[in-house]
Order: sequence, then C-alpha cells, then structure tokens
Amino acid sequence: MTATQDTGTREVGTARRRKEDAHLITGQTTWTDNIQLAGTVHAALLRSPMAHARIRVDVSAARNEPGVVAAYSGADLADELAGLPSAWQVTPDWVAPEHKPLATDEVRYAGDAVAVVVADTRAHAVDALDAIEVDYEPLPVVLDMERAMADDSPLVHSDAGTNVCFRYSDTFGDVAGAFADAPLHITRRYVQQRLVPCAMEPRSVVVAPVPAAGEYTVWSSTQIPHFVRLFLALLTGVSESRIRVIAPDVGGGFGSKLDIYAEELLTFTLARKLGRPVKWTETRSEAFQATIHGRDQIQDLDLACDADGRIRGLRVNLLADMGAYLQLLTPAIPLLGRAMFPGIYKMDAYEFGCVGVFTDKTPTDAYRGAGRPEATFAIERLLDELAAELHVDPLEIRRRNWIRHEEFPYDQIAGLTYDSGNYEAATARATELFDYAGLRAEQARRREAHDPVQLGIGVSTYTEMCGLAPSRWLGDRGYAGGGWEAASVRLLPTGKVEAVVGTSPHGQGHVTTFSQIVADTLGVPFDDVEVVHGDTAAAPAGLDTYGSRSLAVGGVAVWRAAQRVRDKAKTLAAHLLEVSEDDLDFDGGSFAVRGTPGATKTIQEVAFAAFAAHSIPEGFEPTLSADFVLEPDDFSFPHGTHLCAVDVDTETGRVTIRRYVAVDDVGKVVNPLIVEGQVHGGLAQGIAQALHEIAVYDEDGNLTTGTMVDYTPPSAADLPSFTTDRTETPSTTNPLGVKGVGEAGTIASTPAVVNAVVDALRPYGVTDVPMPCTPERVWRAIHEAQGGTS
Amino acid sequence: MIPVGFEYSRPSTVEEAVAALAADPDAKVLAGGQSLLPVLRLRLAAPTTLVDLRDVESLHGVRVAGDDLVIGAMTTHDEILHDARVAEHAPLIAAATATVGDRQVRHLGTFGGSLSHADPAGDLPAVACALDATMVAVGPNGRREIPAADFFVDYLTTALAPDEILVEVRVPDTAGWGHRYEKFNRMAQAWSIVGVAALVRRVDGGVTDTRVALTNMGRRPVRATAVERALTGTAGDAGAVTAAAGHADEGAEPPSDVNGAADYRAHLSRVLTRRALTVAVGA
Ligand SMILES: Cc1cc2nc3c(=O)[nH]c(=O)nc-3n(C[C@H](O)[C@H](O)[C@H](O)COP(=O)(O)OP(=O)(O)OC[C@H]3O[C@@H](n4cnc5c(N)ncnc54)[C@H](O)[C@@H]3O)c2cc1C
Repeated sequence: MTATQDTGTREVGTARRRKEDAHLITGQTTWTDNIQLAGTVHAALLRSPMAHARIRVDVSAARNEPGVVAAYSGADLADELAGLPSAWQVTPDWVAPEHKPLATDEVRYAGDAVAVVVADTRAHAVDALDAIEVDYEPLPVVLDMERAMADDSPLVHSDAGTNVCFRYSDTFGDVAGAFADAPLHITRRYVQQRLVPCAMEPRSVVVAPVPAAGEYTVWSSTQIPHFVRLFLALLTGVSESRIRVIAPDVGGGFGSKLDIYAEELLTFTLARKLGRPVKWTETRSEAFQATIHGRDQIQDLDLACDADGRIRGLRVNLLADMGAYLQLLTPAIPLLGRAMFPGIYKMDAYEFGCVGVFTDKTPTDAYRGAGRPEATFAIERLLDELAAELHVDPLEIRRRNWIRHEEFPYDQIAGLTYDSGNYEAATARATELFDYAGLRAEQARRREAHDPVQLGIGVSTYTEMCGLAPSRWLGDRGYAGGGWEAASVRLLPTGKVEAVVGTSPHGQGHVTTFSQIVADTLGVPFDDVEVVHGDTAAAPAGLDTYGSRSLAVGGVAVWRAAQRVRDKAKTLAAHLLEVSEDDLDFDGGSFAVRGTPGATKTIQEVAFAAFAAHSIPEGFEPTLSADFVLEPDDFSFPHGTHLCAVDVDTETGRVTIRRYVAVDDVGKVVNPLIVEGQVHGGLAQGIAQALHEIAVYDEDGNLTTGTMVDYTPPSAADLPSFTTDRTETPSTTNPLGVKGVGEAGTIASTPAVVNAVVDALRPYGVTDVPMPCTPERVWRAIHEAQGGTS
Repeated sequence: MIPVGFEYSRPSTVEEAVAALAADPDAKVLAGGQSLLPVLRLRLAAPTTLVDLRDVESLHGVRVAGDDLVIGAMTTHDEILHDARVAEHAPLIAAATATVGDRQVRHLGTFGGSLSHADPAGDLPAVACALDATMVAVGPNGRREIPAADFFVDYLTTALAPDEILVEVRVPDTAGWGHRYEKFNRMAQAWSIVGVAALVRRVDGGVTDTRVALTNMGRRPVRATAVERALTGTAGDAGAVTAAAGHADEGAEPPSDVNGAADYRAHLSRVLTRRALTVAVGA
C-alpha cells in the first residue's frame, strides 16, 4: 500500500491557500499578550546590567510603589522556585549547574533576572523596578571560549571548578589511515557567530489559577505546550491533570520557544502564590538578552583528500558556547550536527570532537537548524576551498564525491542511513535555472576587465536530517524524552472532521497541510476538516513542533488515525449495506457496492449512523474516531542544490545578491505554497547569518547589538527575489514519502552566500570572509589579502 | 518598554509652545516622535513634559520668500519629497530625504525634528550644512537666526536653548547646481554609515563653487573644505574629481562602532565623495 494510492491526488499536492491566514492578516489573533482576564496582575523583571557579579537585592521599597501587589528577590523565592531543566544529558559526566529562574546570590550574564515586581498595571510594575536596590559586587567576566578553557580563566560557576560543560568525541573508520600521507589537506577555522532568534512575537505567559481547585491554565507563546505542562508539573509538584497549557496564536519561534523558560515557572509560581491571574510579556530589549541565542561555535576542520580531490577523511573539532547556563537542550545542539558534517559526500573516515564551554553570556539553544546549519556550512565551505585549491569547478568537485542516486539507501560514515535522494537531478535543474555557464562566462569577463564590482558564484549542495526522532535514537544519546507523535481524528455526526494533533504550529501551516491529508484519506471536503492543536486539554498527548518533524512524524500520525477512521467507517458501511467489506469500493467519500449501482453510503451518512448507533455490527464501538501514536522508523534526509550569485563592490565591500536559485528535494509535497513559504523564510534567515546578523558583546559582557537597529535583521527590502523549484524523491522512511522543509532554506543558504562572496574575491587572494560578511569585513578581507594593514 | 510618566501639552501657537517649555525646565519638544519616542521607551531620557508641536499650524509647510526656500520645522519628510518647490530650489534635500528610513518614518518624522535631534548618523544635518541653510529659532527672548555651520554643536546637541523652538529653515536657492547625496548603509532603510552631500556649480564648464558635507564622519556634520578647495577652479574632469575626493576625510574624526571602524569610514568617505562629485559635476 503506497501513500499515493491511499491519499488520492485531490488535495495532497495542491497549492491550497492557508486556512490560518485570514485571521492572522486581519489582526483577529489571540497572541498570549492579548489575553485579558479579570483581575490580572502584571509581572516585570529587573535584570542585571552586569555580566558577572555577586548580588544583594532589597525589594522592600518597591512594595510601597503605586499599584504594587508584590515584589520578590531571587532569595525571597529560593525555596519555592526549582531550578530550570536541561533535558539532554550529553555525557555521563557533564556539568549542569543549578539554574534558578531568579538569581539568588550571583548573576552570570547581563540580563540574568534578579527580582520581580507584580502590580495592577504593567506600567506600575515597570516603574516600581526603579525602587529596587541591588548591590552588584563585580566578579571577573569570561566571554571568549578559548580563554574560558585556560587554567587561569575566571569561572562562570565557581563551584563547578571548570568552565567545561562536556567533552564529546567519536570516530568512524580508520582516521589515522585516511590522514596518513594524504596528498592534500584543507585546514580551516570557521566561526559560527552568535545569533539572536528575533521571533516577531515576543515571549509572553499568562497563568490563571483556580485556587480552590488547585487548577491552573497557562497560556504561553511557546512551541512546546506539552513540555511546558510536563515540566511545570515536575517542577511545582502540581499534578499534570491540573495544569492546562495553551499555545494560542504563536508568532514565530525558530527554536527560541522550544524551551522551558524562567518566566514560565516564575509566572506560574506567582499566580499560585497570589491566587490571581498573572501576566508577563517580554519587551524587545529583554528578548535580546533573556531569550536563548543560537550558534556560537568555533569549528576547526581538516579535510584530507587525494590529489584528484576525492575526500579521504574529515576531522572536526568544535568549541560550542553554552552561555552561562544550560537551557532545555543547550549541550545537545552542537551534537545534533555531529553526524551531518560529512554532508552528501562519501569518505573513508571521520572524527568528531566537541567541547561545550560556559561563558558569561546569554544561554544558547536550538535556533533554526540547530547544529545542522553549522555542520553544513563547514563541509560546503570546505568543498569550495578544495575546488579552488585544485582549480576545479565547485560543482565538479562535488560530483566526484557525492553519493550517486543509485547508491541509496546509503549508510554514511557517521552511522546514519540516508533514505533517498538524487543530487544529480537537483543540481542539473539548479544550474539550468541559474544559467550557471552564462554567469561563469560573465565572471571571467569581469575579472579580465578588473571591474571594481566583481561577480561571485556560490554553491551549496546540502542535505539535512529531518523528522526528530526515533525515540530509541534519542534515548541512546542521553535525551530524557521520546520522539513519537500523536493524532486523533473524529468524524463528527454532522460529517465534519476534527483532527486533534500533538504538534504545535507557530507559523508552519499545519492546519492547512493536515486538512489536506485528512480530506484525501476520508474523501471529505478540505473545508470540512478542522485541526485542533496547541492545547493540552484538547490534545493531551503530543511532543510539539521543532526539528522539521511535524509532517514527517506528526503528519503521518494524522494520516494513520484517519485511515483507522476510514477502516471503521467501512466496517459500518458494509453492515448498513449488508455486504462484506470486500465488496465495497471507497472513492470520493462514498462506499459503493461493487457491481450494484446505487448501493452506496457516503462517509457522512456512515458518520451519523455511527453516532446514532441504532444499527451497528457486533463489537462495533459507536462514533467514528480513532487515535494513532506514531513512533518514527528513522529520519528522512531532504537535500537540494542552492546557487547564489553576488556582486561585490570591492571599493566599499558591499555585497548584493544578484540571483538566488534554490532547488530543494523535500520528498513528496503536500502543499507547494506552504513549502515555498518555508523555503523563503529559511533563505532569509540563512542569508541573514551570512551577511547581516551577529550578537556582539563588549569586553564587560554587555550585548552591544541589543536592538533591532544594531542587530540588523534583514527586511524584505534587503533580500532578492528567489527562484525556487523542486525535485521530488519520496522518503522511504515514512508512508507519506514526505521529508521536512522547515530548516532546509536556513541550512542551505548560508554557505551558498559566503561561498559566492569568497568566489568573487579569489582573484584578490581572499580565501575567507568571517560571517557576517558586512561591507567592512569584506573590505578588510580584500585590504588584508592585498598586503595592507587594517 | 514603557516610558516614565510625563505631562502632555499640545499648544496651537509658537508662543504657547515657548511658554509651555519655559514652564517646565525638564520639558521636551515632541515633533514626529521617530527619534524621541525610542529614547523615552528605552528610558534613556525622562522629560517631565512633552510639548507636542503638531497643532502649531505655522510650523507646517514650504514656501518661497525672496531668494530663499523656507521649510517649516514640522514639515514631514514625505511632504518634502512631494513638494515641487523643494524639487526646484533645493533638489539635494529631496534626494537625501528619499533615503531616510522607511515610509512610516517619512510620514511621521519631520525636517525640523531631524535637524534638532542632531544625530551624526542622520542624513539631513549634512545637507543643511552643504546648503549653508539658516535655522530660525524662537524662544522667550524672541526670534534669532543661526547659520547651519553653528547650529550643530556636538553629538545630539544643537545651539538651541532648552526653551527655544526651531520654527523654520531658510535655504538659499541652488537651482541649476549639480547635486548628489551619496549614502552608504548596511541595511535598506537605515541610517548612514557614511553619507556625502555634494553641490557643484559650473560656469562655462569650469567649477566655480563646490560644497561637500559629510554625514557620520564626526560628532557633527563635517564640511569637507579641502575637497571644496581642490575641486573649485578645475575643469571638473574625472582626474580633478578623484584628486579632490582624496581629501574627503581631512580633519574628520569618524567614530568606530558595529557598523564600521574609523579607518573604514575614512576610506568610505573618499570613495563616496568621488562618486557624489562625479554625479554632481555631471550635468
Ligand atoms: C526606523 C527608523 C529609521 C530611520 N532612518 C533614518 C535615516 O535613514 N536617516 C535619517 O536621517 N533619519 C532616520 N530616522 C530618523 C527620522 O529621520 C526622524 O524623523 C528624525 O530623527 C526626528 O524627527 P522627528 O520629527 O521624529 O523628531 P522627534 O523624534 O519628535 O524629536 C527628535 C528630537 O528633536 C527635538 N525637536 C523636534 N522638533 C523640534 C523643534 N521644532 N524645535 C526644537 N526641538 C525639536 C525633540 O525634542 C527631540 O529631542 C529613522 C527613524 C526611524 C524610527
């Protein structure tokens, strides 16, 4: 039974407009901060301006300020507030320091919260923060990872005795053999700069208690309502069934809302203590400091090759900045990239090492791609460098090394099995759309003419690992939870369908995509399907949305549950039509007795009959509903070829993207419009890392890029028009044949753009430009390569 | 963030506005709010009264008076962009204004607010300097005129007294001059990393007047007098332009920040000056 037959072709594959958009576009949204409950009080946090200091906090004066209901220091609440969880123990001997929601005696990054005020209005709460007295006794600050590893470094957590969180290493194949007398080495250090996720909607939490019943309703701008419920239960001792967590409309996350945050636990605790609804919403300034950051790795890389450019082996040594504390998944993020450094290439040996390091900075955690963009950047940059070394076209060097389409499924060097792919096809399509030959000819002409504006062409042939994740795989790697996903499908008496899902969308369009899958499976109209999500009361089981898992894991669960409903409907239809199930055909939403025209029951008729239950077969459970909890078999591996052409003004250093072609193979596509949207958003974020964004700290540990003006995320006006297309190689690890697309654009685009910038400047002797390739950095790279000092 | 609480006053005449300022030494003028509100929201300033000028009719609009173009302080960037008199008498202002922020900012932000804010990264102060504009201020002691060269005193600081209001800007006619505002920024819709305002007048081919002022090359706009001297009197050919532009950063003290270190800004000023002059001598 293949998915294609089963889901038909009516809805799946159609570029349906998103059901979600009407209310989003017209502003009829329920963001968490829009929730207004009678009697709500508002919390505001005082945050440390120092990166590392011993603190003494006196909140008593704040209690006398207008409108103030309560004020607490971290010490005041020390016994009531548990430490925040880190759910992924990457090594048995990791260092996981206590992480209190409010600092009690020491702050460890600028933005660490030290006290909270609760007042009748938000303005009163903010005003009263000024009355809090904090004595900061400065402690030495360490910001640089290599400095932090030195014996004489100041310690972020003095009682830990070290700034090293963990050391991890792995080898595959005969590394020594592969590296011994390799004729060619490409040895590089690349820096993945620290990034700030900048979701459009800031974080926000509302907690409404029912004191007499000991029940709590929590609204949070989160990707993971189920985890929030689980951890609030674990951390407060309140039973899960008394905590309902709702993720209403959520305005973006990109990993930054895949966390259990101090403010969630704190707001819950305040509501419990005060017996009334409490709301907290972060300001954009707080979002920059107190929401997790992404990336921040130093990569030392060594690629050993034969003289003709065939890869023998790869060595990777990472330093990964944890920031000051471990958030939910912090130490695992660099390790999620562990198996992806080999990319789409065959090699004989691979060695991976990673050291996680504490510094006095905002904690890092998952940010769009989470470990995999970093890995892909490294290998794709190395391949371009290898091509340059050998004076071979970068596409040709890839052809010599990539897995050929007939070799799938392919067991790659780091132990993963790539399910399917066709790198040749995607590359052929991309080079055609790009006019690769034409642009190369133009590049040659402009080089010849010493044009002050040089053309550069960058290649990225990426793959990524989607569909987090087989539960056993997670368990083997120290993760506390699983990777399954749950769905319930109910055909209601009116013939409408309710699909209840455990994923929790925050911009991805699950309502539309899942409606399409259900519509085809049950033969009902697209508009008749409602998708319910993001509320633990309505959807008690689920593992939420991250890691490009929602379709490949959650969508398959929806499909399976819908199939169960259809099978049940068939049983009842056969009973009603007084035939055997084998005599029934199901098409277009009707069960028809084969060879007897007119003997039909629509699935809606069957639904009502199942509800009324006046005539049901022996053992048949009334109503048409079914659940399915799907444990994924394996990951799926989308891939693609991205080509980028840039104009680089060598006088000013300005980079302008002239053409960007993305040909992605994300397996079978349910909704091409949504896939396109995901690709566009991903490209914007990947290009942002390549050209624009960086979190900069001054030497005291203050975030100097703490506003939108200084951090410079791109707007539409900063981005080119994208040319996108797809090839379609179905996944073999799930019955829908789907892969993930949420992270693909981000993963692929960063190296494509940087490769293009470096390619433009090769005639000047430039071999790298550190990210982001701002005009100043590009100019400096040219200047330095030309022997100038800067 | 939420600003510290303040009183709000909304006068309808300049006299009332001046009186409102005089009544509270910690009062501040509110024009389009595009620079002031972020400052208040970040709690970097906490004026106790805001004197909103939007209802002061006489501060709005553009007129021609004798040889001068007169621009009311409350005229928005967008109004300037669509004003035929500005396009004719001082096209450099329109050219620079077109690069300011985005549509929303240009609809709210004002010419007078931009000049009074005196942000070295703002585009219009250098333009006012290049044009040798005159600022007209009104305070408790009446009206006075301040040449642009004396108006910009320091970083975010003008010659205006705390109880003075900038009411209008008088701009000498530069119809027929070649002009160019060459702006360099990292992101679309952002402030200048470096900007160059250039005006060139040619008579029978020869350059008779050159005015060049630089944005964000110091704590206030910088007149590139060495460039002006070097180009004036030449034939305005490419060689002369390139040679003159090489003096762009003479006497400038460019800042270093996340957008660029001082040496990069100095380099940019020379490149951008060459580009600006190349256009300005063009006609
Ligand atoms: C997103 C964004 C992008 C921007 N990009 C640019 C850009 O690219 N280039 C650029 O040049 N600018 C830019 N700006 C700033 C914009 O030009 C503002 O309009 C300008 O800085 C201030 O004008 P305003 O009318 O808003 O003044 P306000 O913000 O109201 O006031 C600014 C200051 O001037 C004082 N003031 C205002 N009017 C008077 C007066 N008549 N007399 C005395 N004092 C007065 C106020 O008290 C205050 O101190 C940008 C702003 C934003 C928000």
